[in-house]
Amino acid sequence: MEQLIREKIKRVKKGDQAAYSMIVDFYQDRIYQHCFRMLGNKHEAEDIAQEAFIRAYINIDSFDENRKFSTWLYRIATNLTIDRIRKRKPDYYLDAEIKGAEGLTMYSQLSSNDPLPSEEVESSELNHYIHQEISELPPKYRSIIILRYLEEFSLQEIASILDIPIGTVKTRIHRGREALRKRLRHV
Amino acid sequence: MEIHKEKIILMHQYLDGEIDKIKEMELFTHIEKCEACRNHFEELTQSISMIQSAENIQAPSGFTNNVMRKLPKEKKRIKYKRWFQTHPILTAAAIFFILMLSGVFSQWNQDNELVVSKQEDLIVQGDTVIVPEDVVVDEDLVIQNGDLLVMGVVDGDVTIINGKLINEKSINGKLMASAGEVNGELQIVDRVFEWLWFQVKTLFKNVFAFSAG
Repeated sequence: MEQLIREKIKRVKKGDQAAYSMIVDFYQDRIYQHCFRMLGNKHEAEDIAQEAFIRAYINIDSFDENRKFSTWLYRIATNLTIDRIRKRKPDYYLDAEIKGAEGLTMYSQLSSNDPLPSEEVESSELNHYIHQEISELPPKYRSIIILRYLEEFSLQEIASILDIPIGTVKTRIHRGREALRKRLRHV
Repeated sequence: MEIHKEKIILMHQYLDGEIDKIKEMELFTHIEKCEACRNHFEELTQSISMIQSAENIQAPSGFTNNVMRKLPKEKKRIKYKRWFQTHPILTAAAIFFILMLSGVFSQWNQDNELVVSKQEDLIVQGDTVIVPEDVVVDEDLVIQNGDLLVMGVVDGDVTIINGKLINEKSINGKLMASAGEVNGELQIVDRVFEWLWFQVKTLFKNVFAFSAG
């Protein structure tokens, strides 16, 4: 598979735009899921995941073919999600719970009778809860915990995705695990 | 009950798979005895396995198509680059043509000085070249950026670039009329394109003269 992706990237670099669609197809679920876990919000996740693929395409010439494409793509996506988290104002998200109304989100204010987009995926309460807890970790621990335990990258790979020294990865993962422990210990 | 900080560091080393056998033994012997550290360790491993139970989610349908639609059109630069790579001879020809053309044009724009191919026996008055009455020029005559008044005789061809052949001119209060004659071919080039054509013709003439010689 890695070899096939390499071939496609060569063709994209030569200007063959159509070759890129197979790359998007191959990575879309992983990148979308990564963005969703980082952002805790489907609309933003779709937006940022698309942006990540577009950025990767535009900058494909700067991708070093000797390195792993997935690492590079994850780095773009992670940086974009962190940017988005920094920029966003805390209000006005449909997914956000309304203060003082436990369990009610802004979706309940919409008059549409269609099934809510969130219902299609959030099959279990626990799943929803876990994603919620993850998305409330501080972003720098969140990205590492997600990459390590949900996407199963090695510490070395995480260091190159986040472009930080491996020592920093270790420190952050220790603190991230402690933060997670404090949130989940009473479940 | 107190938590042992140095043992927690060992726990994290263990979780990262970066602990040696001796330290590992030390950690687990301690955990068996110390309840606080045992709880801490269990909470850590449980929270990890809990988040790992999170279900995978999939990208919304049509995701790839949406991305593909939003991609910028193929870069023009790449298109040109590819074209140049596939047509090297045309590219070389085009570059040669552009260089030649720009050279010719800059020559046209820069040369505003009067240039005469032959100086002796001729009178130059301002930007007018005069062939005096009693002079016979037996060679070709080329005048650039000036007018020509012929009172004598020119046996060769006459070419006037960016100027004209005048019939009369008042010099020192005396009206001088063009009473002479040109026996060769008379050519007046007054426009860029004509001049260009002249240049090209000259070039070819020279090339043929060169190859013939």
